[in-house]
Amino acid sequence: MASPPSGVKPTTIVDSRGTMCPGPITDLFRAYRNANIGDVIELLATDPAAKSDTEAWTKRSRNEIIAVIDEKDYIRIQIRVLKKGK
Amino acid sequence: MPTSKEGEKRNKMVIICSKGSLDMAYPPLMLATTGAAMGMEVHLYFTFWGINMISKKTIDSLKISPVGNPGIPMPNILGMLPGMTSMLTSMMQKKMEKIKMPSIREMIKTAKESGVKFHACSPTLDMMGLKREDLIPEVDDIIGAATYLELASEDAITLFV
Repeated sequence: MASPPSGVKPTTIVDSRGTMCPGPITDLFRAYRNANIGDVIELLATDPAAKSDTEAWTKRSRNEIIAVIDEKDYIRIQIRVLKKGK
Repeated sequence: MPTSKEGEKRNKMVIICSKGSLDMAYPPLMLATTGAAMGMEVHLYFTFWGINMISKKTIDSLKISPVGNPGIPMPNILGMLPGMTSMLTSMMQKKMEKIKMPSIREMIKTAKESGVKFHACSPTLDMMGLKREDLIPEVDDIIGAATYLELASEDAITLFV
């Protein structure tokens, strides 16, 4: 596997490849509930809606996307946990 | 995203689930789970045939009908033939399995884990001769129209499916 072009080392990797909406967001939410502030969650997804849905999710939950990396047939989205809800 | 007071987003969603067919069971559950993941307070209110989604007897056997469904490329007269509904249902189930779509039972489990509240409509239960114990355990309570309106009137996104 090629070395990542950007991004940091994630605390958790969530592999949601193969699932469609709302799979990636529910998988991300599960990881988020177990995460601590400052953690970086990396979401792997093949759903074409994953990027915009993750953007909407981070906007709403006040967390932050720090990197979006396009791989050959999937996408890696790194999210930094800034805020914890319930 | 609809806003209420200036710049302030609604943080509550109330969805009425009134259909008992497989294709109409997915959209409210998908929205509900996503809403809860986004930190919203989400309520599902099951009424009329929507009760089939939360009834122990019917939850695993929701069907999709080719009759009266313009999205299905089949004339109504053919759709009325015996076996068409189950044929179409199994075709749709196979397609959904292929794209790893969770079952309705799994969707409900995920929604519940995410914090979605499940409400059953009291007159519907009465009409269908169902009791609390006939419903899946995920159901939080049995409520009436007044409670629904109270939930929905607090600046919530409201949808009717």
